[in-house]
Amino acid sequence: MSQIDSKIPEGPLAEKWTNYKAHQKLVNPANKRKLDIIVVGTGLAGASAAASLGEMGFHVINFCIQDSPRRAHSIAAQGGINAAKNYQNDGDAVYRLFYDTIKGGDYRAREANVYRLAEVSAAIIDQCVAQGVPFAREYGGMLANRSFGGVQVSRTFYAKGQTGQQLLLGAYSSLMKEVNNGTVELHTRTEIEDIVVIDGRCRGVIAKNLVTGKLERYSAHAVCLATGGYGNTYFLSTNAMGCNCTAAIQAYRKGAYFANPCFVQIHPTCIPVHGDKQSKLTLMSESLRNDGRIWVPKKLEDAQKLQRGEIKGRDIPEEDRDYYLERRYPAFGNLVPRDVASRAAKERTDAGYGVNNTGLAVFLDFSEAFERLGRQRVDERYGNLFDMYQEITDVDPHDNPMMIFPAIHYTMGGLWVDYELETSITGLFALGECNFSDHGANRLGASALMQGLSDGYFVIPYTMQNYLADQIQVPRFSTDLPEFEEAEKAVQAEIDRIYNIKGDESVDSIHKKLYHIMWDYVGMARNAEGLKKALSMLKDLRKEFDEHVRIPGAKEGLNVELDKAIHLRDFITMGELIAYDALERNESCGGHFREESQTEEGEAKRDDENYMYVACWKYAGSDEKAPELLKENLDYQYIKVQVRNYKK
Amino acid sequence: MDTNISFTLKVWRQNGPKEKGHFDTFEMKDIPGDTSFLEMLDILNEQLIEDNKEPFVFDHDCREGICGMCSLYVNGHPHGPAQGATTCQLYMRRFKDGDVITVEPWRSAAFPVIKDCMVDRSAFDKIIAAGGYTSVRTGQAQDANAILIPKENADEAMDCATCIGCGACVAACKNGSAMLFVSSKVSQLALLPQGRPEAARRAKAMVAKMEELGFGNCTNTRACEAECPKNESIANIARLNREFIKAKLAD
Repeated sequence: MSQIDSKIPEGPLAEKWTNYKAHQKLVNPANKRKLDIIVVGTGLAGASAAASLGEMGFHVINFCIQDSPRRAHSIAAQGGINAAKNYQNDGDAVYRLFYDTIKGGDYRAREANVYRLAEVSAAIIDQCVAQGVPFAREYGGMLANRSFGGVQVSRTFYAKGQTGQQLLLGAYSSLMKEVNNGTVELHTRTEIEDIVVIDGRCRGVIAKNLVTGKLERYSAHAVCLATGGYGNTYFLSTNAMGCNCTAAIQAYRKGAYFANPCFVQIHPTCIPVHGDKQSKLTLMSESLRNDGRIWVPKKLEDAQKLQRGEIKGRDIPEEDRDYYLERRYPAFGNLVPRDVASRAAKERTDAGYGVNNTGLAVFLDFSEAFERLGRQRVDERYGNLFDMYQEITDVDPHDNPMMIFPAIHYTMGGLWVDYELETSITGLFALGECNFSDHGANRLGASALMQGLSDGYFVIPYTMQNYLADQIQVPRFSTDLPEFEEAEKAVQAEIDRIYNIKGDESVDSIHKKLYHIMWDYVGMARNAEGLKKALSMLKDLRKEFDEHVRIPGAKEGLNVELDKAIHLRDFITMGELIAYDALERNESCGGHFREESQTEEGEAKRDDENYMYVACWKYAGSDEKAPELLKENLDYQYIKVQVRNYKK
Repeated sequence: MDTNISFTLKVWRQNGPKEKGHFDTFEMKDIPGDTSFLEMLDILNEQLIEDNKEPFVFDHDCREGICGMCSLYVNGHPHGPAQGATTCQLYMRRFKDGDVITVEPWRSAAFPVIKDCMVDRSAFDKIIAAGGYTSVRTGQAQDANAILIPKENADEAMDCATCIGCGACVAACKNGSAMLFVSSKVSQLALLPQGRPEAARRAKAMVAKMEELGFGNCTNTRACEAECPKNESIANIARLNREFIKAKLAD
């Protein structure tokens, strides 16, 4: 028996969303303008939600931490967006996209949510084209597609290697249209430090103006968090520098369950770490695996020569190359899902076959594609990515294979939400990467953009109306209410406490220690002993932060270090959540690999008997206490649960 | 293999929009060539924090050259000496041992300094809000393949849409004109059938807003094109002028 109700509508899978829409409650136009909705974040989910809700007539208050909504990190997504259009006539269908997503997520996502995602995917492409998103096209004027990992059809729409940018600019333009129309009130360079709950419903936020440093109060009838993922817990990741989980963790502290935190995606194709001064890792799009082949040397002595810099990748003859993905997974080859590709790279480098000076890299080689398609056609597809790689590494991928290695990229876990995207706090919703809902234990490539826009354009506009329908008699809230007063005082007290530590270590130096704990013990391969060790080290790290963090400059006004310190306080709590969840889930599935649970060939071994549930963590009232686990059982009625096999 | 370099770094410090600014000078030692320019500034800031001094403030976020958040005038060039790259994509191997590297904020009346090299570019958002969109309601669009678009037009629109809104064009222009930014958005939408119905209204509204916000006029110096990290072409400005004249004639 499930401990949590996810409010899945009745009826057959394919009719659930249609039924929901047919029976949901509506708010009439005159009442909509009397209702306020706060949307936190302006990425794909936040911007599309704010624009759509504003356009419907609600009064929307929208926040972002950057200087403009167009900077949100969705902008950096490279490869593409999936949609079940079947424009290629290759057998795609809503059911197939649904099936691939559930299977890709290693049977740890909710059927009804994922089916809805697949169902609305086609409308996303229509919407974006109408906004003027310049997707790649064929000579006949039709939209072009490419293939991504973990699928056998070409359903990915793309705009060069800048799909996220183009989709975000589309959503941003719709958002600015609504700002111009006066339905959306926009606050940039503003961070949400806490949510405010009145009589059991979320009714507002405490925000920090990052320029003046002052705390501000905003009230609303409902609050949506679209604040992205928690990948920066690991310090080095492909996330933007400003990405943080403060709003989500604060919601968790106020009672929102945090679901499946251990499901963290490690992307196989990033530029390898080069030194200890690095602040950020750069992703090379998964689309490169369409034509690039991944390999390491067959002979250990060749790998050692590469590590010493005596030879280059191009010097190794064809017969001495081990295309290990093609060897291990003949059916999917270089296009296996991300978790599989990452682990396979780790397996080879652990065995000593790494190809750079640190031994932590594998090759991604285009020489076969140059021969097959010609340099010009390959450059048309990946030219900007090749340029980017060359600028960073000083190596031209035309002369020598690229070097890549896995890095933290995306977080499937997030705030628990029901079918309506509502968290366990009434009136608080979570959208996009911020929630846990659709990707299970592993996200397929080009599905993050799809989910963000699905939540923002096509789900929340319906479910939000349903929530607000009985709120039309509720007048606007005053921010002088004691609940606001109390919340602001608590935030201010925390800021004072952190500022007054006046220790001797910079925020970054403590964050780098967090990185080593997380990457070494809560990274690509985990075991009970290491996770217990990590939990004890994280406790010590919190103490170190509380006693040693140093924040120069004034407390008032703009203080970047102070804001980073607040983020770090929450990254440490997040790190503990990931470790607790990873320790509890003694199975390997998707992005979560427990060394205790593997087959003889070293493949991940899932344990459906004991772990087929969503792990929902409930705050125990203090960061020092272990959170409480609640389970939402996953009940597969339409899909036959199988061992995920990419070999045949 | 990259070698380490040592150099003199002069950075602009300014406490607020109305305050007087000055340069601080630092000697940077043994910085590896494969360090990015912003990582070099991270190293500087770690040093400043260790000395209990206020770190140098600058905008940055994705560090992949796509978000448009980073700015910085490096040795007289917006985004530094590299062509077609943002400051975050600039690597220290571009500089030589013993160099003097000068870092300043975008300088433009329309982009006031917030602190040090962080500036306020919200004027760009206001220009987009004036008309940089198609007026499509969520969920009302027809099938995406219903209108065929020649590949050449789609590709050209994509080139225009590549603009990251960083403001380098304004910073590079002696007149502080935003014409490259505005024309890139107008061109992207003018080249696509979805953007045509509102093309005239859009061109007029965005140009009017640009003038209202204090951006200068374009005198075809082409400095914007030379410094644009995304290689936007001033052919866009010619297209904007055509759209604008057509719109005015129709009035």
